[in-house]
Amino acid sequence: MKKLACLLVILLSVPGLAGAADETLRLMDVRTDLSDKASLQRGAKYFVNYCLGCHSLKYLRYQRLGQDLDIPDELVEKYLIWDGSKISSPMTSAMRLEDADNWLGAIPMDLTLAIRRHSGGGLRVGRGADWVYTYLNTFYRDDKTPTGVNNLVIPNASMPHVLWRLQGIPEPVYARAEDDGSAKQRKVVGVKIPEGGGALSEAEYHRMTRDIVNFLVYASEPIQSARKALGLPVLLFLIVFLAIIYLLKQEYWKDVH
Amino acid sequence: MSGDAKARGLRGWIDARFPFTKLWEEHAAKYYAPKNFNFWYYFGSLAIFVLVLQLFTGIWLTMYYKPSAEHAFASVEYIMRDVHWGWLIRYLHSTGASAFFIVIYLHMFRGLLYGSYRKPRELLWLIGMAIYAILMAEAFFGYLLPWGQMSYWGAQVITSLFGAVPGIGEKLMIWIRGDYTVSDVTLNRFFALHVAAMPLLLVLLVVVHLMALHEVGSNNPDGIDIKRHKDANGIPLDGIPFHPYYTVKDMVGVTVFLIVFALVVFYSPTMLGLFLEPENFEPANPLKTPEHIAPVWYFTPFYSILRCVPDKLWGVVALAASIFVLFLLPWLDRGRVRSVRYRGRGFKIALALFVIAVLILGHLGAKPPTPGRNLVARSCAVLYFGYFVFLWVYTFFDLEKTKPEPERVTNGSVKWIPQWIQWQRLEKAKREPERVSPK
Repeated sequence: MKKLACLLVILLSVPGLAGAADETLRLMDVRTDLSDKASLQRGAKYFVNYCLGCHSLKYLRYQRLGQDLDIPDELVEKYLIWDGSKISSPMTSAMRLEDADNWLGAIPMDLTLAIRRHSGGGLRVGRGADWVYTYLNTFYRDDKTPTGVNNLVIPNASMPHVLWRLQGIPEPVYARAEDDGSAKQRKVVGVKIPEGGGALSEAEYHRMTRDIVNFLVYASEPIQSARKALGLPVLLFLIVFLAIIYLLKQEYWKDVH
Repeated sequence: MSGDAKARGLRGWIDARFPFTKLWEEHAAKYYAPKNFNFWYYFGSLAIFVLVLQLFTGIWLTMYYKPSAEHAFASVEYIMRDVHWGWLIRYLHSTGASAFFIVIYLHMFRGLLYGSYRKPRELLWLIGMAIYAILMAEAFFGYLLPWGQMSYWGAQVITSLFGAVPGIGEKLMIWIRGDYTVSDVTLNRFFALHVAAMPLLLVLLVVVHLMALHEVGSNNPDGIDIKRHKDANGIPLDGIPFHPYYTVKDMVGVTVFLIVFALVVFYSPTMLGLFLEPENFEPANPLKTPEHIAPVWYFTPFYSILRCVPDKLWGVVALAASIFVLFLLPWLDRGRVRSVRYRGRGFKIALALFVIAVLILGHLGAKPPTPGRNLVARSCAVLYFGYFVFLWVYTFFDLEKTKPEPERVTNGSVKWIPQWIQWQRLEKAKREPERVSPK
């Protein structure tokens, strides 16, 4: 049994390390919590208000969202559905794809699986949530881009800083120039949030973006809480079954020497 | 015995028309297996268990999955979200695929450890290797079906390998894909092969594998023939009927397996991005090549061997050779004993190096190549092929110092370890007075 354990550990851990990419940007730690229903509900509200204009969640249905987040159907229809969709419809953006391409230069990606797509290999499975959270928190002023902002996670992202009224527009923090100090080569290493630049304080903005990320984590796999909850009874059954079957085996094997 | 059965009831009625009792006795109730099977002997029955699991979950997935480039990705998410218990069926199937390879690799390693491929089991080994080859094809076809980025580009890379065949390569590649690139046509034919052709072949070959096994009899951790010592009724003294002894023992194995399996399915179905890769949560996009394309973990050792050869054609040859050489094992190994327990030190070291080389190759195959990694991969590829060369030289020229095999089967390592410790102590005790005497 020990041999099996060793082997499994080796087998599983070795390629798992492969995910450790050599990125320079350290992601912020979001610590999402799917049991926090209030946060998920706020996240759904923010998503519908600020994100759904461009980004779809085409594999998630309004009704499913309502059921999972304890929001009654009437409230979903009244507050979350703005484009006249049926409650059984998936959450798709009302923007036409060709318009999106014309206006933004790119089609906004569907966000249903964004978290799972950006999860890391190995022990960094939670990286997807941190990635989106850091993205939402690292917009900074850059007059050279068409949107007037740039981003640390996705450099030259075509997405404008849609939450700027809430956060303000952070200023870039540059790396200290080391040798020649030529301004063109200066690398942005962080962002500085201006005092009173937006409607929300820094802590409030953090909470809001965390709610959105929390909601996206839910949307990436709506069943995940139920899945984890089902694991325990299944394992308990298997352990009891193992004890019984082991005793049965011992009984049969009594006479083998 | 069989006369009794014929006389009675439904069973008698069936037996007069179909050899039910005969088959049951030949393959279970009166199939005498060595009584000293250890940990490594669980994986045969486990492989059958996982095969059945894959067949059943696969059938249910087929009821909802849509094999078209336009709908495939969305239909998988539909299964994950809208189909009742669809998520469980899908995770059982995706985890089962990796579990199948873990079980099969351990099963094959058992063969290397105890010389199970040696005469008279050469054909048994060949059939097993054919099963392994078909399983690799099955997994490869199945991996395209979710139509994610890694599915698409993995299939693109692997099918492009056929383009390296001199002369007909380009045409062969297009013939396999059914298009100039992997496309809807490819998806449809891979679906057909994955759900019908390969499973049929697998089941057929597994039956043939079992028939061959029951003809020659099971090997055991001592690698000795239990048929040499039989009682008055012609039953091997060290044999016990497969049913009920091993059916009940294998149920213990299956339950332990299910516990580990359930841990993965319920708590980490992507297995830290190994069983379901993050890139595959993005739909296939023929216009966007991912930065780094790697196959799923169970193919990475061979992928490493392919990549570490600088020339494409020779890389493909090395890849094919790395699998083909396993078929030749029964004729490469000419040692006097079968089991690692009685083999020479050279064999043990070579086998350990072989395992380490495979693990390192597997690790490197999942990573983007660098000159340093290529160097390590090449050394490990040399070790990989070196194992087979060494084995032949070592045994053909009879360089191996074997230990005497026992007449009858032993209880294995559990008793062997304390015996060894005792023996070491005795040796030490013997040596000490000698050192004292010259004083």
